[in-house]
Amino acid sequence: MIWKHVKRAGAAALATCSLIAGAQSAAAQTTVKIGIVNSFSGFLAAPGDEMQKGMDLYAKTHMKDLPAGVGIEVLKRDDGTNPETGKRVAQELITRDKVQILLGVMGSPIAAAIGPLTAEAKIPLILTNAAGVSLTRISPYMARVSFTGWQTALPLGKWAAQQNWKKAYSLVSDFIPGHDAEGAFVKGFTEGGGQMLGSVRFPTNNPDFAPFVQKAKDAKPDTLFIFVPGGTQATAMIKAIKDLGLREAGINVVSTQDLVPDEEIPNMGDAPVGLVTAGTYSIAAQRPANTAFLAAWKAEYGDKSIPDFFSVGGWDGMAAVFDIIKQTKGKFTSDEAMAILKGWKNPDSPRGPISIDPNTRDIVQNIYIRRGEMKDGKVVNTEIATIPDVKDPWKELNPPK
Amino acid sequence: MNEIGPALISIAFHGLTLAMVLYLISVGLSVTMGLMGFVNLAHGAFAMAGGYIMTTLMNRSGVGFVPALVAAVIVVTLLSLVLERLLYRRLYGGDDLDQVLMTMGLIFMSIGAATYLWGPLSQPMQPPDWLRGQFTVLGRALPIYRTFLIGCGAVIVTVLWLALEQTRFGSQLRAAVDNLRMAETVGINTSRLFASAFALGSGLAALGGALGAEVLAISPAYALENLVYFLIVVSVGGLGSIRGPFLAALMVGIADTGLKYYIPEFGAFFIYALTMAVLLWYPRGILGRT
Repeated sequence: MIWKHVKRAGAAALATCSLIAGAQSAAAQTTVKIGIVNSFSGFLAAPGDEMQKGMDLYAKTHMKDLPAGVGIEVLKRDDGTNPETGKRVAQELITRDKVQILLGVMGSPIAAAIGPLTAEAKIPLILTNAAGVSLTRISPYMARVSFTGWQTALPLGKWAAQQNWKKAYSLVSDFIPGHDAEGAFVKGFTEGGGQMLGSVRFPTNNPDFAPFVQKAKDAKPDTLFIFVPGGTQATAMIKAIKDLGLREAGINVVSTQDLVPDEEIPNMGDAPVGLVTAGTYSIAAQRPANTAFLAAWKAEYGDKSIPDFFSVGGWDGMAAVFDIIKQTKGKFTSDEAMAILKGWKNPDSPRGPISIDPNTRDIVQNIYIRRGEMKDGKVVNTEIATIPDVKDPWKELNPPK
Repeated sequence: MNEIGPALISIAFHGLTLAMVLYLISVGLSVTMGLMGFVNLAHGAFAMAGGYIMTTLMNRSGVGFVPALVAAVIVVTLLSLVLERLLYRRLYGGDDLDQVLMTMGLIFMSIGAATYLWGPLSQPMQPPDWLRGQFTVLGRALPIYRTFLIGCGAVIVTVLWLALEQTRFGSQLRAAVDNLRMAETVGINTSRLFASAFALGSGLAALGGALGAEVLAISPAYALENLVYFLIVVSVGGLGSIRGPFLAALMVGIADTGLKYYIPEFGAFFIYALTMAVLLWYPRGILGRT
C-alpha cells in the first residue's frame, strides 16, 4: 500500500521534471512562464490533486501542438487552502518569478484574496475551480472556466419544477457556497411554480446528519434539495439519506454535483442510485471528447484513478492557456491574453462545448441533469437532460452597479 | 411539528445511537484520566485506527464484518500496549502540559499517517446485508444498522459494568482510582493495572470507532474533529467514573439530536451551553468524585 503511494509520488515527480525538461529543450527562442496556485495541502488537497492532474495531463498530451520554438515552464505553488498563503505565493509568482499568466485556485476565499493582485499587476488569472459567483468582478484580469454556484442550482430548481414536483425542502451547509446554492435553487423552483416547505442551514462541522434529514423527511416534501461541499461531509450526508429511507418515502433527492464527485462515488456503495444532481461533468458522459479524455487519463494515471469535474476544470484552464500561446506564438501582453480569453471557445471540452462570456469573463456551458444509476456493478451519473449554454444567472440578476 | 410522538421516537433513537458510540469511545478516556491522571487527547486516534482497520479489512481484503471488527479491536489493543510502554509510561505523573503536548502531537501524527495511507477522503463502511435497510415502528422507518449499534452498545455497557463490579481486575481498578497509594500499599501491581486499563480503554475505543463508522465517519482528522465531543462526555460525566460518562453520553447524544431536529441553526451551539450549565452545577461532572 505504501509502495503504491511512493510509486505514485515518484511518477508525479518524474512527470513534472519531464514537463520542464521538455519545455526547456524546446525553449530555444521563447518560454512562457505559467504560475499555478493550487491547494496541495489543507482540506481541499484531494480535489486540488484532481484539478492538478487535469492540468498536467492537458499540458503533457498537447505539448506537441505548441508552435515551433515555443516552450512552457510551469511553476506550481501550494496555497495550503489558506487565502493569506495563496495571496503570498501569487505575489511571489508575479514579482519574483515573473510569470505571464496565472492558473488554478480551488477555494473562493483564496481567489478573492488573489484577485486584487491581478488587477494591480495586470496579470491574467484563469480560475479553474473557485465557484463564488461574484469573483470575476474583482478584477478585469480574471476569467473563469469552472462553474458558479448559481449556474448549477438554478437550472436544477427549474428542472425540478418542470417534473411537476410541487413541494421542496432545502438543506444546505451554512457557509457562502451553501447560501448561493439555496438562493439559486429556491429561485428556480418557486419561479417554476413550486413551493418551499422549509429551508435549513446546518453547521459546517457536523458529525451526524440524521437529525437534519429526519426533520426534512417529516415535513413531507416531494423534493429535497441538498448542498454540501464534496469530501467527508458528502459521504456522511449520502449515508443519512439512505439510512432514513428517503427514496422509499417517495422523496426525490436533488443536489449539485458536489454531493457525488465521480472520484468519491466508489466510497458511497449503492447509496447514490436514484439521486438527481445538476452538474457540468460526469465520467459517464457519452461524448467523443470525453472518451478520449478518459483514455488519456487512464493511460497516464492508471485504471484506479478517476477524474471528476475538478480535473476537467484544470484541463480546460490549461487548454485556454495553450490557445493563447498558439494564437500569439508565445509572445503576448496581458491585455492580448484577456482579449483572447473573452469569447474563447472550446467546442471539444470533455464536458461538451464551453465558451467564455466576453462581458462577464465567466464561463458559458451546458448544465447536465444526471441520475445515479447502477451500470456494470458501478454507480455512475447518467446524463438525463441537458440545459444548453447556461450563463451565470446571478450576474444577469445582479447587473454591476 | 404536528406529529410530536413519532418525532420523539426518532430523536430518542438517533440520540441513543450517537450516545452509544460516544460512550464506547469515551469511557476509556475517563478511566485513563481518572485513574492515571493522564490527559490522553489522542484517545480518539485509537477509535479512528479501529475504524480504519475494520473498513480496510472489509473493503480491500473481503473479510466479513464480524471478524474484521474483532481483528480491529485486537490489533488496536496490542498497539496501545506498545504505545503505553514506549510513550505514555514516561509521562505518568508528569506535568499536564507535557501530556497535552505529547498527545496533541500524536493526534497530528495520526492525521498525517492516515492521510498518507488512506488518502484524505472518508472510508466507506458498508454494513453486511443482514444489517441493511429499515424497519418500521409506529410509522417511523428506523435503520437496522443503528438498531444493531444500540443493541451492541447496551450489551457491552452491561458486560463492562458487571466486570468492573464482579471481577478481581474491576476491584483493583476501582481501588486504584479511589486511592492510588493505598492500592499500591496493599500490594496491587499498579504498573500492570495501568497497562491493562489503558489497553481496555483503547480496545473499547477501537470497538466504538469501528462500530460507529456509520455515525462518525472515518477520515484522517477524526481524532481532532470529534475530540470536543469526547471531552464533553468525560468532563460532564466525571473523571474516573464508569457510569457518569454513560449519563453524559446520553445527554449529549439526545440533546444534540433533539436540538438539531427542532432548531437546526443552533444545534451545535446549545450543546456547549448545556455543557457549561452542567459544569457550573457539578464542576467535577455528574458522577465525579469530590
